[in-house]
Amino acid sequence: MTERAPVGIVLVSHSAEVAESVARLAAGLAGGGQLAPTAAAGGRRDGGFGTSSELIAEAARRVDRGAGVAVLADLGSAVLTVQAMLAEGDELPRDTRLVDAPFVEGAVAALVTASAGGDLAAVAAAAGDAYTFRKT
Amino acid sequence: MAQRDAEFIRRWLEAAAEAVARDASRLTELDSAIGDADHGSNMRRGFAAVVATLADQPPTDPGGTLRVAGRTLISTVGGAAGPLYGTLLRSAGKALGDDPVVDDERLAEALRAGVDGVASLGGAAVGDKTMVDALLPAVSALPDYPAARQAAEEGAAATVPLRARKGRASYLGDRSTGHLDPGAASSALLIGALADAAAAGAEAGGAEAGGAEAGGAEAGDD
Repeated sequence: MTERAPVGIVLVSHSAEVAESVARLAAGLAGGGQLAPTAAAGGRRDGGFGTSSELIAEAARRVDRGAGVAVLADLGSAVLTVQAMLAEGDELPRDTRLVDAPFVEGAVAALVTASAGGDLAAVAAAAGDAYTFRKT
Repeated sequence: MAQRDAEFIRRWLEAAAEAVARDASRLTELDSAIGDADHGSNMRRGFAAVVATLADQPPTDPGGTLRVAGRTLISTVGGAAGPLYGTLLRSAGKALGDDPVVDDERLAEALRAGVDGVASLGGAAVGDKTMVDALLPAVSALPDYPAARQAAEEGAAATVPLRARKGRASYLGDRSTGHLDPGAASSALLIGALADAAAAGAEAGGAEAGGAEAGGAEAGDD
């Protein structure tokens, strides 16, 4: 599975800092080797907390290598905005999927899986599996 | 039955932008009680962008006007109201297709499809203390515009004793009771603006039904 184009990952948070930090954290925890393309889309374009569909669309285009794009979102408007964009059909690359996963843990699992050559379904499943890692 | 064109939708959304700008501080105040205190500024920014976009490149049919407005809200509001109101307008616009003129009954049906889209996106039903509490009774009353305005206002007022079950306010549990839901409040403004636009059209046209109730258009009765 090494030759296939990697799945891209987009991290959508209400906060630019959170999205960028989680992207860096995931890259750090994913270890060495070639990492799948990841982009942060946090906050509004003017820097405030919130969600920007334009930043999300730009991030998705940036990481799209033709193998699909997995989007992880934190909560509220981040989730709703991605869903509304997906419903429209032409605002995100083909084969873009909102992944139902915890934001931080899911981002790490998604990046590890995508970097190992997993396809979009495998990336989504790995990220979603992070819900099952209980902490108590 | 009145016929509605792109100009009618534009007048509605302009009236909505004015109402939202006038009441922005009230919406933010409501949102500071049970939300994150940005609903007024978010809605004002979004609807101002809608007015600017429609003035810049006005679509020639009502469906296209609604779709452009919806897309603009999604990209400019910045909070959950963006995708929710954006979906309302966009779903309604899709239901209207590209017809240059539609009658009131078709517009009512399209707006019902829009509210279905909102309820489905947000996973909200009547009684969850959301926009849907104002929107659903309002679009059910259409095409009687004054009745829709009244239903939206009553639906919004009825959110006060409710406990929020959706959105950030739901984290507050019982502490969310006793407050008017900000989304329901802005939904009542949107429906009120629609009734204003219909009343203004009735006055201008002279022959449309419902003109007798147009007094609310000038009274600022919120």
